[in-house]
Parts: sequence; C-alpha cells; structure tokens
Amino acid sequence: MTAEQVLKELEEIFRDNFDDDDIVLTRETTADDIEDWDSLEQINLLTTIGKKYGIKFSIDDVSSLANVGDMVDLVLRLKA
Amino acid sequence: MSCFDYPVDSQTILLKKRALRKELLQKEGLVDKKIAILSGSTVGQIRPVLELFLLHHGIRPTFWEGGYHLYYEDIVFGNEELKAFAPDLIYIHTSNRNLENRPSVYDSDEAAAAKLSAECARWQGLWDAALANFHCPVVQNNFELPTLRVMGNADAVMAQGQVRFVNELNRTAADYAAAHTGFYVQDINWLASVHGLDQWCDESSWCLYKYALNPELIPELCANLANIIKSVFGRNKKALALDCDNTLWGGVIGDDGVQGIHLGLEDAGGMAYSAFQSYLKEVAGLGVLLNICSKNEEHIAREGFNRAESVLKNEDFIAFMANWNPKSQNLQAMAQQLNIGLTDIVFVDDNPAEREQVRAALHGMPVPELTGPEVYARALDRSGYFEVTTFSKDDRGRNQMYKENVQRAAAQQQFADYSDYLRSLEMTAQITPFAPEFLARTTQLINKTNQFNLTTRRYTEDEVRACMEDENCVTLCGRLQDKFGDNGLVSVIIGRKIGDALEVELWIMSCRVFKRDLELAMFDALAAAAAKLGCSRITGSWLRTAKNALVRDFYPSLGFEVTQDGENERYFALNIEQLPEEKNKVIAVQPNQ
Repeated sequence: MTAEQVLKELEEIFRDNFDDDDIVLTRETTADDIEDWDSLEQINLLTTIGKKYGIKFSIDDVSSLANVGDMVDLVLRLKA
Repeated sequence: MSCFDYPVDSQTILLKKRALRKELLQKEGLVDKKIAILSGSTVGQIRPVLELFLLHHGIRPTFWEGGYHLYYEDIVFGNEELKAFAPDLIYIHTSNRNLENRPSVYDSDEAAAAKLSAECARWQGLWDAALANFHCPVVQNNFELPTLRVMGNADAVMAQGQVRFVNELNRTAADYAAAHTGFYVQDINWLASVHGLDQWCDESSWCLYKYALNPELIPELCANLANIIKSVFGRNKKALALDCDNTLWGGVIGDDGVQGIHLGLEDAGGMAYSAFQSYLKEVAGLGVLLNICSKNEEHIAREGFNRAESVLKNEDFIAFMANWNPKSQNLQAMAQQLNIGLTDIVFVDDNPAEREQVRAALHGMPVPELTGPEVYARALDRSGYFEVTTFSKDDRGRNQMYKENVQRAAAQQQFADYSDYLRSLEMTAQITPFAPEFLARTTQLINKTNQFNLTTRRYTEDEVRACMEDENCVTLCGRLQDKFGDNGLVSVIIGRKIGDALEVELWIMSCRVFKRDLELAMFDALAAAAAKLGCSRITGSWLRTAKNALVRDFYPSLGFEVTQDGENERYFALNIEQLPEEKNKVIAVQPNQ
C-alpha cells in the first residue's frame, strides 16, 4: 500500500462523508479547507477510516493529527 | 433491503448520512415532530443519525439540543429556550458515566445504602420535573453495567459494588416507567450486552470526545430509540403475513405430506420452526394480527396447523390466503380484508424470490431478511416493528375482535337489505365524555387512525387530558358492542367552543366499525353536547392526507354546508339553533352513567 493509494481512498471517504464529489485531498488539506469538517466530523471520519483499514487509533495517535498527510502516515504506520 | 433494516448497516449510515438524508426527505406524508435531546455526554452524531431513522419511519424531526452535560439543570431548574421550543418528546441521553453518589468499598453497608437512595431520588426528581414541566413523553435510557468490578463477582452482590448499584438503579427506572404513563425506558443495559459491554464502552472515545458509547454503535442506539419514538407516535406495524413451507415448518407440505413436514421438539429439523411459532404466538398476544400468505392448496396448508406439534392453530389466523396468485396480489387483498394499510403488514417469507417480488411490487412494505429458521425470530424481534409503549386491554383482545368481524361478514351474506343486517347485529353503544380510565386507549386511537380521520391531528396523552379537563371542550368517545362481541372504544371527537360555534378539531373512527352507523350516533351526541354548551353552530373541516379520501364528503352527508372549498382543505358548518332530528336508527345508545 502506497501513500498515494491511501490518499485516494481517503478522498473517497471524504466525498461520501460530506456528500460532495468535488472534494480533492492533498497532504496539506486541513479542516479549514472543507466547510463542514468540524471536530464531530473528525470523529466520524476516524471511525470510518479505522473500520475500513481494520485499525484502532490510540489517544496519542489522534491528538497529533494536523492535516490529511498526517492521517495518511498514521494509516500506513498502523498497517505496517 | 435498506441500511436501516436489521441488521443495521452502521458503516453506510455513518458515512453517507448526508446523501441518505436528502433521499429520505423526498418521502411523502412525513409528520413533523419536535424532539429535545438532553444529554450527559456528547450528542454529536446521535442527532443526525436519529434524524435518519425517524425519517425512515415517516417522522420529520426538528431538534433542540441541550448544552453539554446540562440535562439535569435544563429540566430541574428550567430553561426558557427549551420551554419555548415546546417539545413533542424529550430524550434524556445519559450513561453509567453520569451516575453520582457511587458506593465505595470504604463505605459501611448503611452508608452504601444511603448513597443508593440518594441517587435514586436524584433521578426520580429529574423525571418528575420533566413530566411536570413539559407535558410530553419522556424517554430516558437505563444504565449499562460498569466494565470494571473491583470486587469481582461480589460486585453484583454487595451494597458497595458498582454492578449492584447499577442493577438497583435500573430497577428503579423500570418501576418508575411502570407507574408513570408518558415515561419510557430505553434499555441500553440490554443493548450494550447484545453488542458486548467492552465494545459498547470505548474508553478512548470517552477520553477524546466524551462520547458515552462507541461512536460506531450510534446507529444501533438510534435504531433502538427510533423504535420507541415511532411507537409513541402511533407508527407501529399491525399485522404479519406469514408464508408456510420452510417458514412456519420445515419442508413442503404439498410434496412431503402433513406427516412429512418438520415440526416439534422431537425433531432436530423441526425444533427451530416450533420455537418460531411460539414466538409468533406471543407476538399475537400483543394485538398483532397473524395471517397466512402461502402458495399452497388451502385445505393442505390448514392440515399443517392441525398437527398436535403445531403451536399455531388454524384459529390463530385472521386472513388465510393459500392459493397460487402472486403474493403481492394476496397481500393487497389481505390489506383490504383487514382494512389496514399495506405498509402496516410485515411480510415474512423464507424465499428470497418471493421477498423480492413483494419488495418490487409493493413499495414501502416491510420485508425482513430471513436466513436460517433458528434466527427468524431474531430478525423479526430486532426490527422493532411492534415495539410496545402502551399495552391496553384492547390490544390483548384485538385478534378476537377481528375473528368476530369474519363472523359478521358471514352474517351479512344472509340479508338482502343492509339496514336489516345492521338491526340483526343488535348493537349497543356508550357515548361519553373522556374518562381517565380510557385516556391511554383514546390517545392510541387518535394517533393511529388514518382513514376515518377528518383532520389527522395527533395528540399526546397529556393533551388529551387537557381537553378532558377544559370546560370549553366537548370530548366524546364511543364504544360499540353487538351480538358477536365487544369492539371496544372505537370513535373519538374533540370539539372546542369558539364564540357561538363548536369547532370540531378531531373526529375519528376505527376502520373496525365502518358502515355500522356509529358515526351517526356520534353526531347525535355531538349535536346534543354542542347545544348544551350554548353553541348555535357546529363547524368542521376535512384536511386531505394520503389516506383519508373516505371522509371527504362526510360532513355534507350529515347535512353540513360547505363554507370554503379547496383541493386539500374543506370547511363546513351546520346551524343547530334547532336541534337536528336524531340520525342513528339502529344502535341502542345507553344513557350516560
């Protein structure tokens, strides 16, 4: 699994979650870039991502996420 | 199959909630309800997901959400905003995390018992205040068990134990609900155990987001809660249409013969079917109508129920449709015979092809997925079609009443003249103002009657009580008996005096007694009551819904004039300065006691 692949898959999840097919994710995307992305949506996204990859996030994992790039790296690390 | 049916597809619901919402909002005939959510933890996704399930049940909610962890303050000390919102229902979302006065192993027995009493009193005070301040149904969850037990198994035994503490509180909640109408317990203790306590209580979701339950399980919580809410608002299903072969017994009776089918506890293959039949027999006791919809010769299918091992007998069914017509066609005939809506019937069939045929032909009909016979009952049970929030004497007797209707239909065949038939029924009625002992049934009838319903206004039990106590209101409820049996309370009118007119806000009658002239007897009582209040006119209206075309011309048939006519709303008036002649000629109305 490559970072490129994970980014594409996260993009799919974001598009479903926000019901918006125009969303394009980059490693630099943050909550400021997507209008409805608030702390509650963050939880929903993490729940879905955890389910999709069969991984469980610890409290430390989750508190240090700054952007989509961090999410991609976290998925890769936990899947490794 | 939708993601809202058992087994609930949590992932799709959480991920696609926006798209699902758009789709559900297109549904026709949604009723609006105001729901207040008060909480001891993060509400978050519970609100949008609950909205989806309610829309799925035909309810379009508007929400008011209390502040984080302010459930107690908002209710007990009052909140102007909440008061102004005037909720139709309050949900108090709490959990084990919100319990205070917890006992500890350092406490003496007396001190631990005192803490339990204090905590019970705190919750009872909350519930008393909720019922007294808001006059609407209140749903409160009970509490999931603790995940940690410092004393091990003794935690369930000793007064210092947390398990015992929660069990006692849950009993207090159940006792409170049993003693207070309008108060309902959501049994999350059961729900958490079904999904597994460790899975339910997710420590990191609590620490990070203050979610009292694992957010992945929010759809399960909301499915369960929506069942209570739709039941309170009168949207339960009413009947079951059951297939026979490989649904109620193993094998094909037409091929295998009556002795060849699998049924009964002596037969491993038959045991699951017997257990399912026993479950259905219990469901029937709730007032749910059992019916057969099977591709079979009728006399052969009936033999199956004559077997000694068959828990269900031929007498347990109201409509028995065993023939070779498409099932969708039989279901339509069944709905007509029972005089209920198609979407009020749950279709139970082991055959995926039949289920697909019915789903495709009859949109909106509930059709649970069935896998093996050992889990048929579970599929039905978890779907919550028949969630009980009131359980009246009327519910218990419903199957019997429908059987009497079958006898009435047979009797009708013998009379060429319809009024001769009506006279032969020897009907008697009691038409009285609302009385406290009938409030539950009156409310239930108001909320589930769709066809003979002029305005389709829905009332909570508290609102019905307020009408009963208002001296400017005329309230009437009619009960009808005949030589075949008692139909119970079947018609309700609410009128309000405005100036010199009595305005009829609500007029309903159960489909069970259509074409029996009870509406005429009700009119006579209404006119008399209006005159007694000093009214010189009666006004009424017909507000169109998808289901009430039947009564579009009801008022004109009684001699009312049309005062305002429209496609969707019609208004009527009748002068009663001179009391009209009594219209009912066939029912003996017994004088008020």
